[in-house]
Amino acid sequence: MSTTTKERDLAPTGSALARLRTKRWYQQPMFGRLVGTVAAAVLLDVMSGPQGSREDVFFSLDKTLGSLRVVWWIIGAVALWAILEFAKPLYNRYLAASVGPLERFHAPVTGPVKGLIAQTRTTSANLRRILWVRIGFSAVVIGLLILLPNVLSTFWNQVLVNEVAIYVLLAIGLNVVIGWAGLLDLGFIAFFAIGAYSTAYWTGAMPVEPPFTLNAFLVIPVAVGTCLLAGLLLGAPTLRLRGDYLAIVTLGFHEIIYLIAKNADGFTNGPRGVQGISNFGVHIGVLDYDWELDPVPYWYLLIGIATILIIAFLRLEHSRVGRAWTAIREDEVAASATGVPTVKFKLMAFAIGASTSGIAGVVYASKARFISPESFLLLFSVLVVAYVIFGGMGSLWGVIIGTAFLAWLPQYMKDWVNPNDRFMYLGALLIVMMIYRPQGLIPSVRRKRELSMAKAGLGDADAMSEPAGGRMT
Amino acid sequence: MSAAESMGADAVGLTKPAATATTPRKKMLELDDLHVFYGAIQALKGVHIEVDEGEIVALLGANGAGKTTTLRTISGLLTPREGEVRWRGERIDGVPAHHVVGLGIGHSPEGRRVFPAMTVTENLNMGAFRFKSVPRAELDRVFELFPRLAERRTQLAGTLSGGEQQMLAIGRALMGQPKLLLLDEPSMGLAPLIVAQIFDIIREINEQGTTVLLVEQNAAQALRLAHRGYALETGSVVLSGPADQLLSDPKVREAYLGEGA
Repeated sequence: MSTTTKERDLAPTGSALARLRTKRWYQQPMFGRLVGTVAAAVLLDVMSGPQGSREDVFFSLDKTLGSLRVVWWIIGAVALWAILEFAKPLYNRYLAASVGPLERFHAPVTGPVKGLIAQTRTTSANLRRILWVRIGFSAVVIGLLILLPNVLSTFWNQVLVNEVAIYVLLAIGLNVVIGWAGLLDLGFIAFFAIGAYSTAYWTGAMPVEPPFTLNAFLVIPVAVGTCLLAGLLLGAPTLRLRGDYLAIVTLGFHEIIYLIAKNADGFTNGPRGVQGISNFGVHIGVLDYDWELDPVPYWYLLIGIATILIIAFLRLEHSRVGRAWTAIREDEVAASATGVPTVKFKLMAFAIGASTSGIAGVVYASKARFISPESFLLLFSVLVVAYVIFGGMGSLWGVIIGTAFLAWLPQYMKDWVNPNDRFMYLGALLIVMMIYRPQGLIPSVRRKRELSMAKAGLGDADAMSEPAGGRMT
Repeated sequence: MSAAESMGADAVGLTKPAATATTPRKKMLELDDLHVFYGAIQALKGVHIEVDEGEIVALLGANGAGKTTTLRTISGLLTPREGEVRWRGERIDGVPAHHVVGLGIGHSPEGRRVFPAMTVTENLNMGAFRFKSVPRAELDRVFELFPRLAERRTQLAGTLSGGEQQMLAIGRALMGQPKLLLLDEPSMGLAPLIVAQIFDIIREINEQGTTVLLVEQNAAQALRLAHRGYALETGSVVLSGPADQLLSDPKVREAYLGEGA
């Protein structure tokens, strides 16, 4: 008996082979998209319908899926799908050949811009012109952002500062670590906590008296220094590790900082938290101003800090340092063999990220005036990683916009979605995003290339995996 | 070493004849009783190798003989447990890889390992990472040596053919203006015609003044190109001598050239 099973040929032949060759209707990408759209519609139906009740676990599902509205959602989804699937080929066939109505509409605007971009690739005189266009555009965006609080309610101004701006600052920092150097840091909020507790300590709010108290502004360089040091201390022994171990080490580091904050009662005041952290203030000569309860001045402050960091990081990305990070990400061994001090540059990315997180911590602590260990849960570290990936790792603009959107969304859903369910929908959104657009909202050109190359089995796309051919230490 | 100085050295190299028995030997690199381990596994068991200025030295051996390990030890990617690596008389074993590049030892690693999502030019610029700015003259020289790369300078390296990637890997190592070029199996997985082309270019690079240490499984072609050769077997040198002597050695012919004795 055993010999017959051994001798049986397992290779498929004839009709079995033919069956393997044919793709069933539901295996075609078109219907995959249909399933995706319908799933999204059902999800939106549940999200927008009546929310949960304590008495009945299935109340929400009963009310949303059990009524007629789900049918309308599905019909809508199928219609949308059909339009996208069938109208696009028709458009391509009949309208795109001639100048399409859409193009006729936007050509006067896009034409000169495209021309300008094409020119700048060749001549250096135009390089300056495009630089001015960029500066002008950035100025307009910053101007609009400065005016933004005027059209929003106080609630939304609070959200703007506490959620959006702080998370954007964190994401800009984490983008250096994950997006550019390709290192997975799952304990990023640990540095945020270090920044926040530094503020508490140096402004004299902690149970332990500092040697002298500092203005919250002066705490920023101190916190940057502390986080830099913490980043180096953690990074120096661990950045030699393979990437996935690094993720676990940073996770552990987060827990250490969290537990110190929670348990070192005499120093951090433990789970009761620290109160009465002083606000930002400027008192130099005629300049006399204090940041108080109103969120709007913090918004301006954060715009200032973010602008400085964005300019610095953009310069860094296109410098020798940025090239070294790219090389490390793509092939660490080759980078090492071409003379890149890999550990030094990884450490640098790690420390830059850590100090950015520290700055965010200072602003947060000074704004909230109260911090407790519960402000620094592991959840927040994971959220920042999710925001960066959602926005598009390595793309500064993508990360900023993606983070702003995801930080805003739960607040926006607040009124009609049960607060306990909010992260569930965030999770669903991330899953959908990763299936259909793994490169993120606005991917960086380089990362997109790397992902497609890595898919074809070339290079690494991050400094996480074991490089092909083995690592050398 | 400044760019200007090394340009001068290159100019001298152009007029200098390739090393022969008549020119006095000037030791460049010495490996002395090298023992290298991967964890508990010993990859090199007391390797002695010498490379003289201006030579092409071939390092032959089967899979797992320790050829790649030897190159990795020279370029600082591995540290020997025992023994010394001497560069112009000074010990360099244990010196980190990026400093070894700075000494003038360029390494084109096994399996080419170009940066796949960078363009050809970006890859070459990475090779000049040890300089603050990319030396234009060197870039021009590499494009002159490899016209194929010049044609594809804006193409992504990952989309190049195997031969072109090999050329790029050699070019990238040259961008660091090495005095000694370590080449790890440049013929791997390439068609014979492309291999011949690449070997011609290696000879040209050598004639321009760069010393070459070449690791190869393709023993016949490597020995025809090289001045001297070493044969490694399970981590030790079993044979060494002038290339033409090795080529006619019956033991070599049997073991590496696939001929019956």
